[in-house]
Amino acid sequence: MQKLLLLGCEAIAQAGIDAGLSGIYAYPGTPSTEIAEFIQHSKEAKEKNIRCNWSANEKTAMEAALGMSYAGKRAMVSMKHVGLNVAADSFVNSAITGANGGLIVVSADDPSMHSSQNEQDSRFYGKFSLIPTFEPSNQQEAYDMVRYGFEFSEKYKIPVLLRITTRMAHSRTGVVRKPTLSQNNIKLPTNMRQFVLLPAIARKQYKALLKSQELFEKESETANFNKYIEGKDKSLGIIACGIAYNYVLENYADRNVPYPILKISQYPLPRKMVEKIFGECKEMLVLEEGAPMIEESLKGFLPKGIKIKGRLDGTIPRDGELNPNIVGVALGFPDTKGAAIPAIVANRPPSLCNGCPHTDSFLGLNEALAEYAKGNVFSDIGCYTLSALPPLESVNSCVDMGASITMAKGAADAGLFPAVAVIGDSTFTHSGMTGLLDAVNDKSNITVIILDNATTAMTGGQTSSAFGKIENICKALGVEEEHIRIIKPLHKNHAENTAIMKEELLYKGVSVIIPRRECIQTLNKRMRDKFKNKEKENSK
Amino acid sequence: MKIDIILAGVGGQGILSIAATIGYAAIESGLFLKQAETHGMSQRGGDVQSNLRIADKEIASDLIPMGKADMIISVEPMESLRYLPFLAPQGWLITNTKPFVNIPNYPEESKVLAEINKQPHHIALDADKIAVDLGAPKSANMVILGAASPFIDMPFEKLEDAIRNIFKNKGEEVVKTNLEALNAGRIFAMKNK
Repeated sequence: MQKLLLLGCEAIAQAGIDAGLSGIYAYPGTPSTEIAEFIQHSKEAKEKNIRCNWSANEKTAMEAALGMSYAGKRAMVSMKHVGLNVAADSFVNSAITGANGGLIVVSADDPSMHSSQNEQDSRFYGKFSLIPTFEPSNQQEAYDMVRYGFEFSEKYKIPVLLRITTRMAHSRTGVVRKPTLSQNNIKLPTNMRQFVLLPAIARKQYKALLKSQELFEKESETANFNKYIEGKDKSLGIIACGIAYNYVLENYADRNVPYPILKISQYPLPRKMVEKIFGECKEMLVLEEGAPMIEESLKGFLPKGIKIKGRLDGTIPRDGELNPNIVGVALGFPDTKGAAIPAIVANRPPSLCNGCPHTDSFLGLNEALAEYAKGNVFSDIGCYTLSALPPLESVNSCVDMGASITMAKGAADAGLFPAVAVIGDSTFTHSGMTGLLDAVNDKSNITVIILDNATTAMTGGQTSSAFGKIENICKALGVEEEHIRIIKPLHKNHAENTAIMKEELLYKGVSVIIPRRECIQTLNKRMRDKFKNKEKENSK
Repeated sequence: MKIDIILAGVGGQGILSIAATIGYAAIESGLFLKQAETHGMSQRGGDVQSNLRIADKEIASDLIPMGKADMIISVEPMESLRYLPFLAPQGWLITNTKPFVNIPNYPEESKVLAEINKQPHHIALDADKIAVDLGAPKSANMVILGAASPFIDMPFEKLEDAIRNIFKNKGEEVVKTNLEALNAGRIFAMKNK
């Protein structure tokens, strides 16, 4: 079959296209964005009419995918790890409803927080909701797991979780495709109450879910994603999850590892395999890309029995992603680290682009707030969070999607004045609207600035669900029309914009200011494409 | 055979075009490849790197172990130094000398160059100037790739073919200037290695 050079994200997307996927639902978020994006740009996906537009947030995505599964078709949801918090209500309950058409939830974790506010480990969500979980060690395995995952999901009528991490998501390598499958036809669940989680039904289905764990575990023992690799030297046994397995291999020439290894890529844990490695080895080393989930459960609360090394005893750092060196040192090799970084090398944090509309908005806001004490601006998740850093130093919080408006409201309720929320257009429709409704209902004294750059910029310029709708949404939520102010954040409008901000800060109630100017990145890209198309036209 | 390369630069400087060119040449040569990239927040003017691994056997880790990289290819001088812990003792540092200053505390240029000159195996060249002299100001990254090419254990023609293929949609002129940039970098490295 054809071999393609694909990122981990792209391998998952291509696998979906090849495995009869009917729809992907997603909200952009690093490192997951390229999954849905690949399908959006795929000619094949278009020909197959695979549904792939961005959703307003991860919860709406998860629920829509569940709906597609209900109708009997194969669906995929993709998000970054913190997106699963947003989708958690439907995700956890989908374990009880189960699936009909195959349903795969992809959650891309970001250990070391390259582009995130925490490094939570999505495998806990799988364990917690009793949903079988897959953790590929390479891009080919990710591809293969999608196909197997859909079969699993339909066979056992259960959604499955595919957990990847940054390095898998954003590393490119050769992937071999499998023959393509056609999409399912509509076929409703045979039990028309399967998706009705009334207590009496839910209790019954929960019992069935608990009973299924045995079957899931059997799959973990036999599906061949978990592997037991024999080793002669039993002084140590290694349990390596997902890509941690690669780091073990990397440390031995020609992959000749002397110790027994249990490679884990499918959960629930294969009990027999774990028992075998525990039975034969004197000590254990547990390597997990993320939290010490397996390590903790093997160790128990009061550690007894054989020594287990990992993140909990300090053999591996408690936080951050793994790498070949950390694993090498844990295996007893000397660190191969080269020369130190010269002291003159300065940090180069990301910053707002030259010509970014946010810069003009924040310069206005900084001036409007100059007469007040500092510390009054609550912000959100997006490029504009960078305004917390010099030179702007405009905002004082960044917690989760939508928290700007609600935190400003809470602070205003506590008596803080002024209380300002700064949120992007896409983040506003993701999770800001309900908070604004709370503020309107409470007549909270807040000023909300919705930075409208007409795109989801941070993740690379995806379509924003808010496009062309913001002021109407604000009006409909009850914000008074005269306190919805649209401004154009340009240097030449600075004085006028600052005056408008000052006015609205003084209004005792909810006011919304919408600085509206297109993201400089998407604008430049649009102009380049326009130029290219024109050249093409001319050369015809 | 294995070649482990750290590609370094600042978001938006085009290190991924270098990665794509070497990667294409590797695949066309029937080699295995793994290439880890930086996406997300850092792409906004922050430091970015890519781990590019090529081998004639299957590659295990997506990340290059520290102290094992055969070369650092950097389109920015200070960024070339950030990855020294990854460079093997015998490895080469190939870097542009033209600073990209977007931070207030960027070190003095002479100090950066002094650190580069301390490296036992290095090629430092003003790729921006060479590219401008060629009338191809956007091809500085290909000049750098050319300067690295004598140390990449693959036929040079494979890199040229890769450029022809990758830039073919942008027209013959773009292919030609990128090939010239590649050659100019190579000539510099051959003279100065």
